[in-house]
Amino acid sequence: MILFENVTKTYPKSHRPAVNGVSLEIGRGEFVFVVGTSGSGKSTMLQLIMKEQDATGGRLSVAGRELDRLPDRKVPSLRRQIGCVFQDFRLLPNKTVHQNVAYALQVLGAPRSRIRSTVPEVLDLVGLAGMEKRFPHQLSGGEQQRVAIARAFVNRPPILLADEPTGNLDPGISLEIVQLLDRINRTGTTVVMATHDFATVDAMRKRVIRLDKGVLVGDVEAGDYTTGSIPRIELDDRPIPARVAEPAVADGYDDGAPEPQAAVQGSGR
Amino acid sequence: MRLQFLLGEIGNGLRRNLSMALSVVIVTMISMYLLGLGLMGQRQVDTMKDYWYDRVQVTVLLCAEKTRYTNCAGEPTTDAQRTAIRAELDALKPTVAEVFYESRDEAFDRFKQTYQNSPLARAGESYFADSYRVNLNDASKFDVVASSIKGMPGAADVQDQKKLLEKFFTFMNTISWAAIALSSLMVLAAVMLISTTIRQTAFSRRRETGIMRLVGASNFTIRFPFVMETVIASVLGASLAMGMLWATVRYGVVGFLSETLTDTAFIGVADVVYVAPFIIGGVVVLASATSWVTLRRYLRV
Repeated sequence: MILFENVTKTYPKSHRPAVNGVSLEIGRGEFVFVVGTSGSGKSTMLQLIMKEQDATGGRLSVAGRELDRLPDRKVPSLRRQIGCVFQDFRLLPNKTVHQNVAYALQVLGAPRSRIRSTVPEVLDLVGLAGMEKRFPHQLSGGEQQRVAIARAFVNRPPILLADEPTGNLDPGISLEIVQLLDRINRTGTTVVMATHDFATVDAMRKRVIRLDKGVLVGDVEAGDYTTGSIPRIELDDRPIPARVAEPAVADGYDDGAPEPQAAVQGSGR
Repeated sequence: MRLQFLLGEIGNGLRRNLSMALSVVIVTMISMYLLGLGLMGQRQVDTMKDYWYDRVQVTVLLCAEKTRYTNCAGEPTTDAQRTAIRAELDALKPTVAEVFYESRDEAFDRFKQTYQNSPLARAGESYFADSYRVNLNDASKFDVVASSIKGMPGAADVQDQKKLLEKFFTFMNTISWAAIALSSLMVLAAVMLISTTIRQTAFSRRRETGIMRLVGASNFTIRFPFVMETVIASVLGASLAMGMLWATVRYGVVGFLSETLTDTAFIGVADVVYVAPFIIGGVVVLASATSWVTLRRYLRV
């Protein structure tokens, strides 16, 4: 379903590649966690899969498409094969739950009859039946993420990417969200979830791909993974220099307060 | 379904960005009105040229007593000279189409009639002279007539009315070109405004477009509402401009100038009807091209 062959991505004006020579294969219907610290290249990897970013080296094949040779006009058809969920939900605040989910169908030109039948169905699947008319701000974080998942899944894409979907949620709610993704996975959808929520990763016992500074450092089969294999934070025990008295600086407001002398000197420099 | 969705998006966009849409309407309206005025000016010049070049005459002024023309030496033209000039003019056919003789009294009467409400009517009879009025088959052949008649005894001067008219036409032409030049500046402003507006709306709707991109909406679906919003606003502006132009020609030219100055030809509303489709079509092309180019830069897929 997804095949990385020695894929490298270097952002412009960056010394170090965000993804460095990653090779791996994710099969149809798999559930895969991608873990690693911030800046380890998890998000970049997901963005490469949906061609939000272009790889600078290597071969990347997604849903039968060679991404380095995919012309721009065919990118939309690739994205129709991929559903996406994000940490910040990305719901439209002025649309109801129903409208948010229906929007994904509308922009693809789905007939009204299909929207009427599919949207309640998928809302029921994610456990939001009866909340169709609520607006995002009337929902809890977990509920909002369920709406986002419903929207990502309503077109039944074969691949679902989730970039830190539990990053803004309580641990209990996080587990519910991951269980929902697991249910979706059991319908045959390939799910790739980037996270650093190790409790959930441990609980789910799935395949885990571990990145460190863009390099693939671990690819552990389902069930073999525990948090223990993750390098713990290295303590920085260098002493912090004592705070030096800083000169007062003009705050730029004309509030009648006397301007400190330092500002005058500063402007002269 | 998709059409209905797209129309809804366009309606929402226009409603949410009403002031931007209005500014596009106004700028296109003014620029297209100026352009229309310039084009109308050009057509007016053409119309007048057609009208006047059929009527322009070459005037062969004959000598009267005490005229200042050196060729006359202060003596009036004798009958023999008159006949000689007439014969020479007749000999110039077919360059010359017709020759009329207008006596000094007739000339004076005609002048008094033409300028009856003007202070010029107080000019005395002594300003006039007998003359031959010559119609040419080809108005540009004035030199042929002038070179054979000028210098003949009894011929005071040979005057070409076309030269007088040309000064006037050049003047009108300059004004209409100035209007067109101004309008092209306004068109430039309109293009930049459309581009800014699109950037602004694309930014304000980045959530929606972001989701559209994520779920794999085609470029067309994402961009069409933006393009249509500017096209609708600018076509509305151009249509208003054409309405204003129509009113200007209908009430200013047909209803006022034509009735006041009856002895010349003026453009009519038909001329507005003739240019309007081109202007509105041009605006559609301009607005869609501008917005498409802007979207290519600011709405990357």
